[in-house]
Amino acid sequence: MSRGLFAVLLLALLAHTAPAFAQDDIEGVVPTPAENAAQEPAPQQAVNPESIQIGLSTNRVAITADFSGADLTIFGSLDYADPLVARQGRYDVIVVLEGPAQEVVVRRKDRVLGMWINMESETFTNVPVSYSVATTRMPQDITDTNSYRQLSLGADYLHIEPVDRDGNPATISEFREALRERKAAAGLFNMRVGGVEFLSQSLFRASLPLSPSVPVGTHKARAFLFKNGVFIKESSAQLSIVKSGFEQTIARFSVNHGFSYGILATALAIVTGWIGRIVFRRD
Amino acid sequence: MARVGIYLPIAELSVNLFVLLAMGAAVGFLSGMFGVGGGFLITPLLIFYNIPPAIAVATGANQVVASSFSGALSHVKKGTLDFKLGTVLLAGGIVGATLGIYVFSLLRELGQLDLFISLLYVVLLGTVGGLMLVESLRAIRRSRDGAAPTLKKPGQHNWIHRLPLKMRFRASKLFVSVIPVLGLGAGIGFLSSIMGVGGGFIMVPALIYLLKVPTNVVIGTSLFQIIFVAAYTTIVHATANHTVDVVLAFMLMVGGVAGAQYGAKVGQRLRGEQLRALLALLVLAVALRLGFDLFVKPQSIFSLAGPGI
Repeated sequence: MSRGLFAVLLLALLAHTAPAFAQDDIEGVVPTPAENAAQEPAPQQAVNPESIQIGLSTNRVAITADFSGADLTIFGSLDYADPLVARQGRYDVIVVLEGPAQEVVVRRKDRVLGMWINMESETFTNVPVSYSVATTRMPQDITDTNSYRQLSLGADYLHIEPVDRDGNPATISEFREALRERKAAAGLFNMRVGGVEFLSQSLFRASLPLSPSVPVGTHKARAFLFKNGVFIKESSAQLSIVKSGFEQTIARFSVNHGFSYGILATALAIVTGWIGRIVFRRD
Repeated sequence: MARVGIYLPIAELSVNLFVLLAMGAAVGFLSGMFGVGGGFLITPLLIFYNIPPAIAVATGANQVVASSFSGALSHVKKGTLDFKLGTVLLAGGIVGATLGIYVFSLLRELGQLDLFISLLYVVLLGTVGGLMLVESLRAIRRSRDGAAPTLKKPGQHNWIHRLPLKMRFRASKLFVSVIPVLGLGAGIGFLSSIMGVGGGFIMVPALIYLLKVPTNVVIGTSLFQIIFVAAYTTIVHATANHTVDVVLAFMLMVGGVAGAQYGAKVGQRLRGEQLRALLALLVLAVALRLGFDLFVKPQSIFSLAGPGI
């Protein structure tokens, strides 16, 4: 059941008159002047007037127990865009939906006496449970790896720090790669090239896949604006994903009231056994 | 057939309702046929069905409560239940189960839980299945030779009967030291909490061959103590590890209670040694399958573990 999830983003077309949407506006690093002939000869391009906005119409998305994945659509706007740059398609947007951070243990199986047994492990902190990326173009066409690394943007460039920083760097990087690979295999780290589309010069739409195992918690949606390959601005919004329904009530109960849950599970077994005995009596 | 998915809240995955009911019914059928709890089949089956082993074990224990309670009721009625013997076994069982749950948490932290569960299953099922197969094939050959099928008469006394702290168990017509009884209970309790089994498949032969308990009292008494050990295991797993999936357990119980009925009927028609040979083959197949997984290179040698599972 793939219900389209529309956390419709407010088109904050008049961003500056709507400060409520201007959350976490971050000024970008002042870019070096781009060597572009099409660039107006404004000699010192010290200020980029552009601003990017995303804002969610709802900050809470409830998914039911039988949720099997969906697309999350986010609208956003780009204001004070240079029409010339826009016409040449030199504006790029990357939208990221980042799940809550967690500690993750990565284990490696090795062959011992012919059996595959978990041997070495490495613990990483602050790993987002999920990390979905939508971009306007192939990431290597937007900006270079250095910028991605500086921004900690994209699953491949995300800073993932081990708890034990003094470990063997080769091992750490091997386990870090494995972590990314496993997360991607589980559909939790994903990327959609072309997932962000400009609908007009100032309006864009991003669609991000939510995996069936999308974790509950507070997710952060962030939009990064690039102009001529240079990072300009970032805007972000919070989105909390909650699971709803009977099954979720059970899961919460089992964690918060483990003992009572155990008693009830046992009582259920006794009653089922007793009723079974009455219904299917054979002596 | 429409896919009737049911979401398991603790295992956090969607499974087919009919598969679970069929699984419960099949195991219930076998447990009715052979007079065992069925936990030793349910837990591996759940693991094959991609339920995480930690959840399969705790949920298996919950299911065993239902099947053993149902079975024990009929033995109470027939008077083939030694409450005193059951209670002493139980005292040992609680100690064993507590130790088992501690080991279970520790192994989970170390990342070796899955390995340990698989190894225990391979070793125990392999041994029990192998012994049973040899015994039943011998019996089949004997009956084919025309000899009357005689169960080996238990010997008069062995070393167990020379231990101190003797206690009288009237219903079992037994006067024996409490040490082996407590020890047996503890061992079964330990296995119950780590493997999610009631331990009937070890308890029954141990009571018959080691303690010389009359066979008619053995099953009822073993079921009686299994109820409590499995209930205790369920509660402690729920409290300490949050790994009991009640939705999963309920599906298995419903299938199991219904299946046991038909299994018992078929079991009455088949000959004892044929039954035992079939059960032995089944047990060996499960052991081989679990063992196979240990030796085959996994799809990915890396695995992730969070604070959750």
